[in-house]
Amino acid sequence: MLHIVNKSPYERNSVASCLAHARKGGAVLLIEDAVYAATRGNVADGAIRKALQELPVYALGPDLEARGMQANVIEGVQVVDFGGFVDLVAEHRTSQSWL
Amino acid sequence: MTETRDQIAEQAGGGVHKKFMFVNRKAPYGTIYALEGLEVVLISAAFDQDVSLAFLDDGVYQLVKGQQTKALEVKNFSPTYRALEGYDVEKLYVERESLEARGIREDQLLVPVQVVGAEEMAQLMDQQDVIIGF
Repeated sequence: MLHIVNKSPYERNSVASCLAHARKGGAVLLIEDAVYAATRGNVADGAIRKALQELPVYALGPDLEARGMQANVIEGVQVVDFGGFVDLVAEHRTSQSWL
Repeated sequence: MTETRDQIAEQAGGGVHKKFMFVNRKAPYGTIYALEGLEVVLISAAFDQDVSLAFLDDGVYQLVKGQQTKALEVKNFSPTYRALEGYDVEKLYVERESLEARGIREDQLLVPVQVVGAEEMAQLMDQQDVIIGF
């Protein structure tokens, strides 16, 4: 299962709820305003680091760059481009969008 | 009779000078609020009003330095914040608590601002005639 989140962790609980439901074997992809959850010192920092012990967490590079956050990414979070986004969707049997 | 621009302004309440504050609470790009808010600020500046901008909650993300939108293929409107000075919009207040909660330092912001605490921000809001939120 690929979990895709696109909302800021301050705006809604989508990131928190997604991380609480993501299991080993799955993956989390943060896009749009959810890329703030992948930055050091944000409210979801601890939850992201905890999730990284169980499964890969990805953040979409173009969304990080647009927001000036490319240098603030939490260690262990993997940055992917649009091609990487497509690969992740193709690699997982199912995708779930947390809006 | 042709009305002059000043006469039209007079009839429209020209000469009235109010304190306007635009409160920005949304991150850029994920929604249209930040860009639309900026457009309204620029319009209001043309009416010679006392304009200030407040940035709190996710709004502080609007001012982060180094925004590059080429790969996303959307307009990078962050340079516009630097142009505000040219429109006599010089009062930019950023809430300290919002910066700290996001791990953002003042030196990561793209324009000079006044960093204020929530209490001072509340006082500034109290001093306004009109507050418009985005």
